[in-house]
Amino acid sequence: MIRRRFTSPLVLLMSLTLAGLLIVVVLDLPPQPGLAAPVADAMDRSGVRHPVTAVLLNFRGYDTFLELAVLMLAVLSIWSLGLRDPIPARPVQGPVLHGTLRHLIPVAVVTGGYLVWVGSSDSGGAFQGGAVLGAAGVMLMLSLPREMPMPSALVQRLGLSLGAFAFLAVGTAGLLTGHGFMGYPPAWAYHLILGIELAASVSIALTLVLLFLGGRSRRVRHGR
Amino acid sequence: MAADVLTPQIYLLCGVLLFVLGLHALVVRRHLLLKILAVNVMGSGVFMVLLGVAAGGEGGVDPVPHALVITGIVVAVSATAVALVLMLRVKAATGLARLPRSGPED
Repeated sequence: MIRRRFTSPLVLLMSLTLAGLLIVVVLDLPPQPGLAAPVADAMDRSGVRHPVTAVLLNFRGYDTFLELAVLMLAVLSIWSLGLRDPIPARPVQGPVLHGTLRHLIPVAVVTGGYLVWVGSSDSGGAFQGGAVLGAAGVMLMLSLPREMPMPSALVQRLGLSLGAFAFLAVGTAGLLTGHGFMGYPPAWAYHLILGIELAASVSIALTLVLLFLGGRSRRVRHGR
Repeated sequence: MAADVLTPQIYLLCGVLLFVLGLHALVVRRHLLLKILAVNVMGSGVFMVLLGVAAGGEGGVDPVPHALVITGIVVAVSATAVALVLMLRVKAATGLARLPRSGPED
């Protein structure tokens, strides 16, 4: 008990010291040109008009591919930790929730699709669109806690890996046709990027819903 | 003029403060949910510093840190989900969602 009385002011003092040191460091950062100029120079070969999308899906496509793999790994590790608990909620009585969802979910699907499509020229992209679709899926799950509409295990696994596999297939095709791993022919870049983003947004939405459920459902068996 | 010079600095300062706030809570708090939240606050601080650095460069806003941040957000979300499920398993196994008060050597 005595130790605790002394440790908490000590931790506070160390935190404040660290904050002071870090503030001195970040305010004293030397001016640097950054990577804005190289990205702007290569934009005409990227196939898209938004620089962040060009970096994510073209110049640093490898990072985004591994990010989709991380999402897949997160779901697999949650599945390996056991069955999901039932959502502790009773079905809501009355027509309000279901009527709202019947209107809201189509709007969410259209918004998500628009966000994926607009990512090539403006703010948006697979992750933003996938997040909107995932939120719609979570709402659907919450509104039907008893008769949850779960697809079969094979469909879940295929949907989960769709984005990463599409990215890997396009990246390998780039390697075989001489553009390097994760490279695209510039004339096709726009269509390939849009296809990858669509596949990735489906996978991301499904991943977010499965992460929310927090465990594998009874339809997903252990083993191979 | 002064506001133009100051804006990235404010993001850098707030990012550092968020990071240290999260680190302090991570050490002090013992409930695992609060620790997970603290790591998330630390991550938000790091993202804020990255965006401040991206805005402060010469030659316009740098898109590469923005791409790093969006990748980081997705990884943080999935890591948080795994951590929350692990926390629930700890609670199911020990009855408490917190670390033991003293280590085995005490």
